[in-house]
Amino acid sequence: MRELSFNKFYKSFNILSIVLIVTSLILLTFKGLNYGVDFKGGTLIELRTDLNSANIKKIRDIFNQLNLGDVSVKNFGNDTDFIIKFEKQNSNDPKFIDNIKTKLSGSIGTVDFRRVENVGPKVSAELLQSGIIAIALSLAAMLLYIWIRFEWQFSLGAIVALFHDVIITLGVFSLFSLEINLSIVAAVLTIVGYSMNDTVVIFDRVRENLRKFSDIKIFELTNISINQTLSRTIITSATTLLALLSIFIFGGEILKGFSLAMILGVIFGTYSSIYIANPILVVLKVSQRTIVKEDKD
Amino acid sequence: MLYFSKLRIFSVIIFTLILSYFTISNFFKIDDNFFSKNIKLGLDLQGGSYLLLEIDNKPVITQKLQNKVMELKNFFKDKNIITRNYTVDDNSIIFDTTPDKSDELNNILDDDESEINPYYQQYKSHEFDFVKDQDSFKLTLSKYGLVLLKNASLDQAIEIVRRRVDEVGTNEPNILKRGNDRILVELPGLDDPGRIKSLLGKTANLTFQFITQNTEESFGTEKLEFEDGSENAVVSKRIILSGDNLVDAKPSMNSQTNETVVSFTLDRVGAKKFGKATSTGVGKRLAIILDGKIISAPSVREPIIGGSGQISGDFTFQSATDLALLLRSGALPAPLNIIEERTVGPDLGQDSIDAGIMSLIIGFILVVLFMIYKYRVFGVIANLALISNLFLLVGVLTLFEATLTLPGIAGIILTVGMAVDANVLIFERIKEEIKSERNPIIAFDSGYTKSRTTILDANITTLIAAVILFFMGSGPIKGFSITLGVGILTTLFSVYFIARLFTAFYVIKNKEKESLI
Repeated sequence: MRELSFNKFYKSFNILSIVLIVTSLILLTFKGLNYGVDFKGGTLIELRTDLNSANIKKIRDIFNQLNLGDVSVKNFGNDTDFIIKFEKQNSNDPKFIDNIKTKLSGSIGTVDFRRVENVGPKVSAELLQSGIIAIALSLAAMLLYIWIRFEWQFSLGAIVALFHDVIITLGVFSLFSLEINLSIVAAVLTIVGYSMNDTVVIFDRVRENLRKFSDIKIFELTNISINQTLSRTIITSATTLLALLSIFIFGGEILKGFSLAMILGVIFGTYSSIYIANPILVVLKVSQRTIVKEDKD
Repeated sequence: MLYFSKLRIFSVIIFTLILSYFTISNFFKIDDNFFSKNIKLGLDLQGGSYLLLEIDNKPVITQKLQNKVMELKNFFKDKNIITRNYTVDDNSIIFDTTPDKSDELNNILDDDESEINPYYQQYKSHEFDFVKDQDSFKLTLSKYGLVLLKNASLDQAIEIVRRRVDEVGTNEPNILKRGNDRILVELPGLDDPGRIKSLLGKTANLTFQFITQNTEESFGTEKLEFEDGSENAVVSKRIILSGDNLVDAKPSMNSQTNETVVSFTLDRVGAKKFGKATSTGVGKRLAIILDGKIISAPSVREPIIGGSGQISGDFTFQSATDLALLLRSGALPAPLNIIEERTVGPDLGQDSIDAGIMSLIIGFILVVLFMIYKYRVFGVIANLALISNLFLLVGVLTLFEATLTLPGIAGIILTVGMAVDANVLIFERIKEEIKSERNPIIAFDSGYTKSRTTILDANITTLIAAVILFFMGSGPIKGFSITLGVGILTTLFSVYFIARLFTAFYVIKNKEKESLI
């Protein structure tokens, strides 16, 4: 296969990445994330109505009469399914849901409550906290692992790439106000694992090549390594994306956000292994001496 | 790396077959305890209710402190130590003694053998921590004293919750302790938790107290509301009888008034107390109080000595049934609050299963086709490994009777996508090796050897993420971490034992062929 010059574009893609990260950070700071009931507390109801008997406006009007605070109503998957979210959670009142049901049936016919989630403020705060701890812990564990397995220059490259992927994925979620719930935390952790996996494969090759060739500069060497592992990178990303797309398209509404986060993560993870992790090795002037010194220890 | 001993081939086949058997057993009914293991479906797939209850321990602590005050008073009286000026606040008891006895009292409280302030050897702590300020003592529940108290009340609450849930008769409920003040209740198949919630939301503290003539509260009486909120009544604080003395309760019909009532039977002690109280109290109104509200307050017309009676109070048959159930199962030590609830209807669960299986099949077919397109014969080998991987994965989940959730299914599909990675790494490496090495067997061998560390590195990173998710995640997310983590292990097995076995057979048979891969 003809060798591609990835290294020619290190600079331009680095600038792009910096712009994306800064934009994401600005979005995260000022626009914030759209937390679902898991993290914000409140009530979520997924309901199915009879054909054509209901629309968003009708349902919203009914809920607004019930005095439940901020109510959001959205179609979910198809025209007869709706997701309704409101801040108030009243799980201690056993008649709460029944009352809503009666009210709805009265004006739009039969409704089937497919799902009800009700999360109190204490629990949502705990879930958010443990979500953040989980992500922080996984980043720390990856850092530790890569620190044991590689020299610090490689660790730094891999970790920067990880942060890059996580921040930009969350940035996209902020930009489009996509809902952050428990499954998104799972997706982010998987992204962390995948991105690391992808970076490690290229780094293993860089290290192997460093041992083999003493006269090739790291700028060139990273390019050779990327090319040698390129077909693997493409094939693995492709099969993973095929599986994820299948979940996204056929896996139902509940898994949409989860699979979307992972699709974004795989794309950014693949990109960052090439255009973030490797340029950092170049910037840090990694050479044969970097690893030989370590080998002696 | 291409050599397999007969024994190893045999073990791989047996191992794979056993796990595959468990996979397949999910789809058939087998009447055998050991072999009829099934994957459990999570509540999000089979439908059901998940309730997280938090116990409000304040009343338990207050009660404990009040009892302790009585104990202290009696204990020191026996020891001829004067104690006085008792006050109780949120979490401590304060009292004074006389100057000459304060050191002795201090020693009693501090003694490891102390009867009044037990010492827990295993925690190296007394039940109460205390501070002495001249002749004044302040006792506060110690950290472990509090833990023990909370645990005891939680254990008691779980028992009551279990009785109530069992009485309703749901299908295989799951009731678990969470920390030291929470109870998790999982009710598979229940799509309307309204009734259970109303049953669990009641402490069900039943007492019988006489109504006094006064209209204002005074010492020894309290003003309580009727349940329908219509009126108030002042009742004596003296409890004639409490729910503890009940041995049975059931809904019934009062033949005279044609009203639905709850009839109850008392134990011997209760019957005696009730008989005595009603004989002296003929003509008075006896309030039947549930959780601080008066259900009804009939006048006592004659002494009730038979040890049984009826509670009336505008019941429907359903509410009478529920009250009877609550009285039979006993009172909770403290109120429970529902702090999290998730209910999934059975049809959504089925839709999720269908969608999950659909996307698994499609994702699987896409990956399989892609691999055949990319690698031909070796694509087929990778696919065989992928299929056995799925059987192994589901087999392991079945063997451990893991719970499969919707995100868990997503984890399986993701495993399908990522599992081929190891084989791709190997095949790509072999392609490189074959350029410089003419002997295909050596090229294959070093392809396997040289890619090994990379494959381990790559899989360990994902495994780390899965393990952290397992410990931090809850419910459905835990299901995802299990399939993802087990998927990595079965992937490594299928790549290194199954795919390598096929590769070895194929390469040794076709070593003369040009461009093997």
